[in-house]
Order: sequence, then C-alpha cells, then structure tokens
Amino acid sequence: MKILVAIKRVVDYNVRVQVKPDGSGVATDGVKMSINPFDEIAIEEALRIKEQGKANEVIVVTIGSNDSQQQLRTAMAMGADRAILVESNAAVQPLQAAQVLLQVIEQEQPGLVITGKQAIDDDNNQTPQMLATLWNRPQATFASKVEFIEGNKINVTREVDAGLETIQVELPAVVSTDLRLNEPRFVKLPDIMKAKRKPLDVKAIADMVAAPKGQAIEVLKYEAPQARQKGVMVETVDELIEILKDKGLVS
Amino acid sequence: MSKVLILAEHNGSQVNQSTAKVLTAAKQMNAASIDVVVFGNDAGLAPQVAVLNGVSQVHYVQCDDNHDQLAASIAPSIAQMGKNYSHVFGPSTTFGKDVMPRVAALLEVNQLSDVMEIIDANNFKRPIYAGNAIITVKTDTTQIVATVRTASFPADKSTDGQATVTESALTTAATHTSFVQLASGNSDRPDLQTASKVISGGRGVGSEENFEIVYNLADKMGAATGASRAAVDAGYVPNDMQVGQTGKIIAPDLYMCFGISGAIQHLTGIKDAGTIVAINKDGDAPIFEVADVGLVGDLFKIIPEMMEKL
Repeated sequence: MKILVAIKRVVDYNVRVQVKPDGSGVATDGVKMSINPFDEIAIEEALRIKEQGKANEVIVVTIGSNDSQQQLRTAMAMGADRAILVESNAAVQPLQAAQVLLQVIEQEQPGLVITGKQAIDDDNNQTPQMLATLWNRPQATFASKVEFIEGNKINVTREVDAGLETIQVELPAVVSTDLRLNEPRFVKLPDIMKAKRKPLDVKAIADMVAAPKGQAIEVLKYEAPQARQKGVMVETVDELIEILKDKGLVS
Repeated sequence: MSKVLILAEHNGSQVNQSTAKVLTAAKQMNAASIDVVVFGNDAGLAPQVAVLNGVSQVHYVQCDDNHDQLAASIAPSIAQMGKNYSHVFGPSTTFGKDVMPRVAALLEVNQLSDVMEIIDANNFKRPIYAGNAIITVKTDTTQIVATVRTASFPADKSTDGQATVTESALTTAATHTSFVQLASGNSDRPDLQTASKVISGGRGVGSEENFEIVYNLADKMGAATGASRAAVDAGYVPNDMQVGQTGKIIAPDLYMCFGISGAIQHLTGIKDAGTIVAINKDGDAPIFEVADVGLVGDLFKIIPEMMEKL
C-alpha cells in the first residue's frame, strides 16, 4: 500500500506574524518557513505505518511555489520515499487544492491519505474533508490514534469537543491529524544528504487541473486584531477578590 | 434576500448551545427566512429548536445507528437541501468543522471558516494565523457555506418561536464509515464551552493529582474547568479540557487561569472572555499582557487562600 501525505509550507509556528501597515497582507519577507506542524505529524504517522510493515511507500505532495521544495526535502529527510511538487505561484484555496490532490490520487492510487487537519496560516480546516468528498471516500478528521484492523479497515480515535470519539472507516480513506497523534522525529544530518538524492517530481498546476471548479473567496482587507487592554497587577488575594466582587463575578 | 439553513448540533438528546449562537449570527444578515436542519434519533430534538424565535422551519431528519454525527452520512443530505438556500451555516465546533467542508465541496464552493463578524450577506470577517490577523472576505456564490465562530456571537435565548417541523428519514447513510464509541470526561461541572466562569490550569499545576485543587476552586465558584495544551500533553487532564487554537474557543464572563504562561495558541482561545485573571509565579509570563487582573505568586498558596476567603 502507498500512503500519500499532503503538506504545506507555512510561516513557522514560532513566528508572530504582523499585518502589513497598508492592510494588503501579512509580512512574510525574510520570515522563517516550515512544514505546517499538523502536516509534520502526518508525515510521522505515515512513516510509522510503513515501519510497521503496513505500507511500502510514503509519497509526500505539496502545492505551492518552487521554494516548497525545501519542505519536501525535509519530509524526505524524515523518511518519505519521494515527493511531488505541484507548482503554483498564486495562493490556492481549499476546494482547488482538493481537486489537485484528487488528480495526484488518481495517478498514484494510494491506500491512505494523511494530512494535517488545518494549515496554521489560513486556519481553514477544509482541504482533507473536501478531498475525501471529491474522492467519494471516508474521512477521519482530527485523529489522535490510527489503528489497523482486519479487512482493510482502520479505527481512528478523534479529538472532538465531547472527548475522544472512535470511528471505523474502510480504506482507502483520508485521515487528518491532530496534535496528539504522535511526536515527529528529528531529522539527522546524514538523512538530509540522502534526501537530496530522492526523487522530486515537479508538475505545473495548470497541467493537473486546467479549469478548477469553484470561485475563490476574495480577501478585501487584512487587519491586526483588537488588542486587549493591559490590566492591573494586584499584590494580594484580598485585592483580587475585591476586584472580582466589584465586577459582580463572585459573590 | 437571504435564505439561511443552519445545521443544528446535539449530543443525542440535547441541542447544543452552538445552534442558538449560529442563529444569532444568521439574524444579523436580516435574512428573509432561517430554517434549521436536525439529524437525530430522538424526536425531542426538533421542538428544542422550534421554540427559537426567528426560525421558520425545522427539518428533522431521522437517523439510525448514530449516523446523525457522521459527516459522510449527513453532508450529502445537507448539500441537497442547501440548494434551496443562499447560506448554509454550521457551528465552528469539531462537529461543524468535520461536516461543513463536505457540504461546501458538494456545492462546489470554498467554505468561510470561523466567521467572527457578519458585515452583510456577502461580506464577513474571520481570523487567520491563530487570530494574529483578521481578514475581511467577500463571496457571492449562489450558496455560501460557512462555519460560525461560536465565541463571537451570544446564544439566542428566545423561547417564543413557533417554527413548523417537517420530518423525513436519512437516505444518504454512508456504508464505509461507522461510529464505534465516544469516551468523554463525564464531569458534573458546567460545560466548558457555555459556562459563564472558567477556571483553568497549565503546566504550572504540575501533576494530575495537583489538578484537584483547581477542580475544588471551580466547584466552589460554580465554574467549568479548562487547561492549556501543555497540561493536556503532560497527561494531567483529558483533551476535552483544552482551550486554544486547536482546542476550544471560549468566551466566559470570567476566565481565571493558574500556571498558564500564555502561548499565543492559548490566548486565541480566550480573547473574547469578559475578564481574564492570571495567576502565575513568573511575573514575565505573556499571560499578564492580556490579563485584566494579574497576580504573581504560587498557585498552591493562592488557591487555598481563595477557597478560604470566597
């Protein structure tokens, strides 16, 4: 079985992004870029499944600018076997991304697709569900545990508001990862060298999906969030309780 | 004029307050009509929605075998219904986030995720980068599919509505997906997402056992309990207590946190709280930048003192 992992190059999660003064976007020049953290968890999960002997190839794919090759190389240094870059210099919205990934699925015929539940830039949380829909296959979102059971099925434990929900899905399926699924491994230097020789296939987005369905949502303006006013510091519990009583928050 | 369809959320027998919050958002568009669809296996669900003022019609879709919560089962039905509406809204909870993108894909539109402000029927605001930037977006597709950020809208409290209820049976149950089980924390405390007071603990609490004093204070104050990601990752508390970008986004009147440093991902989850109180032994912790009231000190001394004085 092949596992396809879809990843995205995003501003590193430690960077505090700033909105540009003219409201045209967020400042990304010279900012550290990384694999979306949820996607890194997806890569790790695919590698662990392969190491358990339940898959024989891990293919990592991304849609983005040519710079995304860096993140694909990192994924291959972690252990992915080969990579596909679908090159696009324009931002791609989830429905379009799902259509491109569907084309990759049709070419590669994976038994399982794993991807992060959301990218930490747009915070959309849509592409995995849309991909599963277009593929007409099941989804298991927000996964914190993936367990293979007999008959080409998996049990996936999902982090939901009420607690931990387990569902059973038939493969092929799309799994989207949550934070506690695993802890991604660190990349070792020799693996970085080895990853340079692994195959990385570059395709133009227009060759994958010439006329994507669905209109893009237009972004009119970016603004910084309203900051909360810095409050007061108190020295004692008595002062704290006094303030809470004044505000009517405790009786 | 807009015609809105809202996907209701419930736990099997009780409609979740997120439904009434999405209704508040829908009403802000001055829609011509607002209908609600409920997928369930309990006839008592539809009347809970029918009493909300402003709802014209409740579509109750009878489901078996817990298909009411499975995105693959209900999305085709919502999309089919949605063709008669201009807007299809769901809550931005794990339930809504799971199912609504499937609806959007079937209707061939991109989804508006986490709508935090309604400007009009075509213009909305939503957060990106964990709330570090807010974008104003415009869309004019035949159907607009959105998840509504529940912390941004108060719940509609009306009980004088008289919506008509129509019943049907689910015909789109998925065969490739099945529900196995739900393990929940099952606490008697108020629900974290709807509570007016929340007491929260972080890594500074130190252990599962130490969380007892946080629970004790919460019980004394009638508060729900929350936690930071660090506390959940460390195994002190279950995942359903996590507040933040990838946990629950909440807006209580009072949010009091102990031993939480205040990572940006956590602050995202609490920025709509009425009053934020932070207690931390590190006076430089970022939580104090956003706290309305801050107290530097040892939580193991401060909580017992509060227990005594409250």
